[in-house]
Amino acid sequence: MKTIIHKISFKLNGGKIEQEVPSSLLLIDLIRDTLKLKGTKPGCLEGECGACTVLIDGVGINSCLYLALNVDGKSVTTVEGLASNVEPLSDVQNALVEHGAVQCGFCTSGIVMNIHSFKDKCDDDNMTPDREDIKKSLEGNICRCTGYVKIIDAVESLF
Amino acid sequence: MNQSKPFKVIGNRVPKIDAGDRVTGKSVYGHDIELQSMLHGSILRSKYPSAIIKSIDTSKAEQLPGVECVITANNVDTHNLNYRTDHPVLKGEEVNCIRDEVAAVAATSKTIAEKAIKLIDVEYEVRNGIFDPEEALKEDAPLLNRFNKGDDKNKNISESFHYEHGNIEDEKKKSACIITRQYTLPKVTPACMAPSNITATYSAIDGQLTLYSSTQVPFLYQREMSQVLKMDPSKIRVIQPIIGGGFGSKLDIHPFEPICALLSIKTGQPVQILFNREEEFHHSAIRQSMVINLTTGADIDGKFTFREVEVIKDNGAYTSWGAKTSFVIMQTFSSLYQVPACVYNADAVYTNNVFAGSIRGFGNPQATFALERNIDLMADKLGIDRAEIRLKNANFQGELTGQGLQFDSCGHKPALEAVIQQSGYKEMSELQGRYKTGIGFASMLHVGGGAKIYPSDGCGTTLKMDPYGFLTVITGSSEIGQGSETVLAMIASEELGIGLNKIKVINTDTNVKPWDVGVHASRTSFVAGNSILGALKLLKTKLSNKASEMLNTSKDDLLFENGEIKSLSTDTAFKIDKIVRALHFKPPHELCEVSYFYEPSSEFQDKHFKGKVSGCYAFASQAVEVEVDTLTGKVNVLNVYVSQDVGKVLNPLGLEGQIEGGVVMGLGYALTEEMIYEKGQLMNPSFHDYKVPTATDIPEIHFHPIETNEASGPYGAKGMAEAPLVPTPAAIANAVSNILDVEINSLPITPEKVLRAIHEKDQTKA
Repeated sequence: MKTIIHKISFKLNGGKIEQEVPSSLLLIDLIRDTLKLKGTKPGCLEGECGACTVLIDGVGINSCLYLALNVDGKSVTTVEGLASNVEPLSDVQNALVEHGAVQCGFCTSGIVMNIHSFKDKCDDDNMTPDREDIKKSLEGNICRCTGYVKIIDAVESLF
Repeated sequence: MNQSKPFKVIGNRVPKIDAGDRVTGKSVYGHDIELQSMLHGSILRSKYPSAIIKSIDTSKAEQLPGVECVITANNVDTHNLNYRTDHPVLKGEEVNCIRDEVAAVAATSKTIAEKAIKLIDVEYEVRNGIFDPEEALKEDAPLLNRFNKGDDKNKNISESFHYEHGNIEDEKKKSACIITRQYTLPKVTPACMAPSNITATYSAIDGQLTLYSSTQVPFLYQREMSQVLKMDPSKIRVIQPIIGGGFGSKLDIHPFEPICALLSIKTGQPVQILFNREEEFHHSAIRQSMVINLTTGADIDGKFTFREVEVIKDNGAYTSWGAKTSFVIMQTFSSLYQVPACVYNADAVYTNNVFAGSIRGFGNPQATFALERNIDLMADKLGIDRAEIRLKNANFQGELTGQGLQFDSCGHKPALEAVIQQSGYKEMSELQGRYKTGIGFASMLHVGGGAKIYPSDGCGTTLKMDPYGFLTVITGSSEIGQGSETVLAMIASEELGIGLNKIKVINTDTNVKPWDVGVHASRTSFVAGNSILGALKLLKTKLSNKASEMLNTSKDDLLFENGEIKSLSTDTAFKIDKIVRALHFKPPHELCEVSYFYEPSSEFQDKHFKGKVSGCYAFASQAVEVEVDTLTGKVNVLNVYVSQDVGKVLNPLGLEGQIEGGVVMGLGYALTEEMIYEKGQLMNPSFHDYKVPTATDIPEIHFHPIETNEASGPYGAKGMAEAPLVPTPAAIANAVSNILDVEINSLPITPEKVLRAIHEKDQTKA
């Protein structure tokens, strides 16, 4: 079977990228293996754990279930794209640190991205989520260390 | 070590010092390592849980372009794995479980390696496996592990434990109530978020093998790896990248690790093996299943009289540290609550199931489940309140138990009192109708000051203070997310009066760090904490000697504060870095460096398993408020009240994180998690079919620490991190049983199980 190669261009963490990708390439593999951004984590590669969450046009998705070619013309943000040298931690990252919401940390990048997505949506909808809304928003991220309490506390502190 | 002056750092809510790297994706886990010319390894495993290998043909795989090396048992020379050496790295003659490694490939890409594996032809002669330990114990059962050195009792027992104290027959006579039950506990997986991984790189130039490994026990790993690979241990360097979850699963060496080393040794190139999630479910360490037959007695006043315990543990095809969980289980039966007599037998039995490992709690959740269920049944039979019977028998300070455990500090009773009071148990009226609510109790006893199972249970620390006043802590202990680096930095900050931002912790390289037995047995804050305190004392002496000379005052007039060493009497001070420079650049020209090794006061137990196994002991109680939907059978845990004797709270933020994480792990074990095997094959190897708790499943967790100021602990602290999951399943099962007036004697407590129990009760009534 001949592999079809697609030329795509997209924004990655604010910069423009042009890339040739085979049809079957998963976004997580493009990010980790081709572009060498290792902050996005491979937890299950079946869309269950959320460790590989990235933002596409601001919305959190599992990059293990998303074909790389579908980012053509879109904007991708990974955990490396949230902060800068001037501000080394985003408000979400800072809240997770301060609330003790990190243990082994393998799920953390995905959780950071998901919280950014959720917070932006709440802000757009002018909504202040309650604790149950926050728990629901985290349902797609598995964490085995923290028992989620401190992650929920961190999200609550952002509103 | 207790001190009268108020703490400045200890007791504060300090975020993990490594958290910034985690939240920004900068931490380098095993998956993120890419070495020059690195090859990718893949493993061919058995198709069958029991079969004779007739032949292995690797010729097609070897011819695939990109394949650099194929190994089988026929072309490697290794010793068997684990402390019973009953586990070949690669299996050449027979396979005994579906995890069994038959061949491995190193290739230039993962895709090629996986393709090559499929080209290996193995001819098997399939045998009927034995999957039930009871079947394996029958006389006509085949020998399941040919390397088993044998137990006098039965050829298929890997290891037996027998323990007793007191006079069982006398105590039986005193008993007004005797309860006998059988408890069945399932296999569960820790499901670490980072799947297993290793990168090995061997240099033929100097014969050095470097392993980037997620092991929890780097120095034991180095030693065992050297035996398996027939190498000099000092030629093996173990580097721990950031570890994405351990929970005890990384105490054993697993065959994929020496396999990766062998691929690198054969090719002379770095090789990496990464598990996918399905492999992780199939092939990583699990909590072993057990059947516990328990008989317990109590007198008319509810005082416990005796316990008779028979435990059958499914060892699986090979032995791991999991077989040693019998030590911890024994301790719970002999010494949790006061009990004058106990007889205990535990057998780890070979089967053709996957071999067990040793997961957080180390057998204790299983033992505590059985014991705490029996306590409720005894209370009910005697007509004594379930909280009262526990208070009446609680462990106490100064107690020397039948097994010889000396409780110099003991917060069992205060912990029980706290959860009884805070849960509102006495005031609670039980709801009737479709939704019923109620409360269940359980306590636990665990080691709190390490566990003496190896000739040394100690930890070394080296401290270096540089001429700029920054401290580098080189600790033997390992970080697996639990926050020990932060606690060690806090201790250094407290003692030296320098900021946390001036302290670096190095803990990942056996070529650099001093010896430590590993991260397990809830030991790190206690053992590594005491070790750094010992080292700090030496460092402070060095600095004080110079400072007293420079400040022209006596050494006991000095205070370490705000980055300075100050004379209290004259109120003059020098910055600490200036004193370091004076030491180094002027006579006596000394570096500000010290090393210290701490060995806990614990001892090997005697051949009757009696004696001081740990530096101290941890106690905890939980009260769990549960709601049961009697229509669907769903159990909803509303509130978990946790009270635990932690000795002294060092970092409340980290402590709470361990408590919450432990309780939720216990919640999964109680309600949803089970590895479902049919004839040795795992039926649910994915997060879709194996349900771990998510954020929407969690109860409110209310934590009340008890500070007993353990004299042997750092600032009075004792180990705490395994404890929070130990009582949770027992307390939930007690709550559900009591609410419904049924008996839940196995886990997980699924809706089907609850509905069946309700149905059976209705039928009995009818």
